Amino acid sequence: MNTEEKFVIGKKFWFRFLRWIRPLFLSVVFLFFLLPLHAGVINVSSRDKITTIKQAVEIATDGDTIMINGGMYKEKNIVVKKKITLLGKNNPLLDGEGTYEILTIKDVAGVVVSGLTFQHSGFSSLKDLAAIKVIDSRHFSITKNTILNTHFAIYIAGCDSFSITNNQIRGTPGNDEQTTGNGIHLWKNSYATITNNNISGHRDGIYFEFVQHSTITGNYCKSNIRYGLHFMFSNNDEYIQNTFEKNGAGVAVMFSHHIHMFKNHFLFNQGESTYGLLLKEINDGIIRDNVFEQNTIGIYLEGTNRIDVTDNKFLRNGYAIRIQASCNNNNVNKNNFFENTFDVATNGTLVLNNFNGNFWDKYDGYDLKRDGVGDVPYRPISLFSMVIENIPVASVFLRSFIVFLLDQSEKIIPSITPENLVDNTPLMKPVKM
Amino acid sequence: MNKIVKYVTIDILKSKVVLTYLLFLFLTCFGIFNLDNNTTKGILSLLNIVLFIVPLVSLIYSTIYIFNSGEFIELLVAQPISRKKLITSIYAAVSLSLVTAFIVGAGIPVLIYSPDKIGLLFIITGALLTLIFTSLAFLGSVITRDKAKGIGMAIFIWLFFSILYDGILLLIMFQFSDYPIEKLIIVLSSFNPVDISRILILIHTDYSALMGYSGALFKEFLGSQKGSVVIFAILIAWIIIPAIAAIRKFIKKDF
Repeated sequence: MNTEEKFVIGKKFWFRFLRWIRPLFLSVVFLFFLLPLHAGVINVSSRDKITTIKQAVEIATDGDTIMINGGMYKEKNIVVKKKITLLGKNNPLLDGEGTYEILTIKDVAGVVVSGLTFQHSGFSSLKDLAAIKVIDSRHFSITKNTILNTHFAIYIAGCDSFSITNNQIRGTPGNDEQTTGNGIHLWKNSYATITNNNISGHRDGIYFEFVQHSTITGNYCKSNIRYGLHFMFSNNDEYIQNTFEKNGAGVAVMFSHHIHMFKNHFLFNQGESTYGLLLKEINDGIIRDNVFEQNTIGIYLEGTNRIDVTDNKFLRNGYAIRIQASCNNNNVNKNNFFENTFDVATNGTLVLNNFNGNFWDKYDGYDLKRDGVGDVPYRPISLFSMVIENIPVASVFLRSFIVFLLDQSEKIIPSITPENLVDNTPLMKPVKM
Repeated sequence: MNKIVKYVTIDILKSKVVLTYLLFLFLTCFGIFNLDNNTTKGILSLLNIVLFIVPLVSLIYSTIYIFNSGEFIELLVAQPISRKKLITSIYAAVSLSLVTAFIVGAGIPVLIYSPDKIGLLFIITGALLTLIFTSLAFLGSVITRDKAKGIGMAIFIWLFFSILYDGILLLIMFQFSDYPIEKLIIVLSSFNPVDISRILILIHTDYSALMGYSGALFKEFLGSQKGSVVIFAILIAWIIIPAIAAIRKFIKKDF
């Protein structure tokens, strides 16, 4: 063994040693960083030395944990400007007495709020009073809280990289949209994660304004008086596997682009001007694998460009899709339409969208070539839906025999319905989802 | 009176037309419910058939029956029986057998597959429609002595209520679409027993909620408790008024 070989072996050994020691070293460093987190636990309860949360926040230093024990805390407005963790134990109740904002977090990173119950925040039409308001902060998380009867439940402005998870939010809606706040209200944020929250009885379940690069997953929005989820001027966001039930409208996406909407469930959004999904001035989005069930209008598109509507299921809606003439270059492909009163409705004769390759349960064509694609084009717009579009009261004739006659004659010779709105390759069997 | 009802009923049963009608309803209902696993949709498909078939059969069958038993009626008129009693008994027998056929033929499958409010409503409206169109048929056949004219009148009545009336309303709607005609249209359509039956059943399914704006409007107008009472009052008026007119005409009729 010459010196060169020795050197190589020595090098190998040294590398092995390094590979083994590095994770150890890193974990020691990591633990070192973690240490300040466990720096101190401050207990708050009526039996402890510290009886109010305000006192605890005052004496806490960065990295401390404040353990709030069960009981009622009426402390007006608690302001947090330190990097602390607020933990609830045995269901502590923070009450705003119908007058105050309960918890305000400002200009700080790394705050955690977990396991608390908030109730009765103030109601104000001037200030947006909330149960939890976070302003200009980063890297915080709000988890497993219960928020009852508040104006806004969680209000976040000017923050980034945070998560809101597993919260139960129940409001009592006021008489109109003006006197009721939103469940989770985000204004001018980025990189937010909103997961598994349960929101009901607010104006909008989740409200996004100027929010970028955020993800909304697994939430359940029910019986909110305006929208389950509302986007305004928010780009590059996605919402996945959420359920929107019985809201004023399921989801409204307005003035935004590059929104991805996957695997959501829109159901029972019924009533006057009510939609499962309302799209207004939207560009370049993807709507895939969603289920629209028993909504007055499944999807309403207005001023919408380059949206792909693919692999969705439309079941028993009044109108499955209502697409206004102001929409351009949208693709509606490979969707399943079952038992909708009207599959598609529109308000003009101009159609610049593509409707090919869907399954329509009303299609009565044939497939002699046996390639699974119908040989006769399908026109999803019925004459009667055009009539209702112009004269809404005509809906008293729904399912009347004369309407059936008119629709049949229109099918043979289209005169009123737009000629270009046609599926040239209708499928014979439903798309497998 | 009971005797006349009995004889007429036996006569109707002998002819087997009503039995065929019963069988037809029975098979259609079972067929439709078996095709569709969703019973509400089944009821709605049946609704179309019932709104079409029930008035037609009630009208044509009653008219033909009265003209065919013209000699029997003339014979009875010669007997010491009051004419009012005579015509009421015949009306009772014809309408009862038709209603029974409907309730057995359509009612049993509906109650098996959809034993709820909508199913019950469906059976009640079907029975009421049978009574209404039997009344109208009686009126028609009492007015004229000519059998061809009578049957023609029956077909016209059916065509009018099933198709023409809606066509006229649609025409009005197009002509006056610039005016607030919502309430007018709803009021006018509630004068047609076929339309009102259809609306009554549609309101009570989740259909009207799905239809949004005007759905909400006529739900507000007719879907309430009060609205249902009004609808049934209209339907019953459609039974009683033609029946009374027919009786009066029959009492004064010169044979």
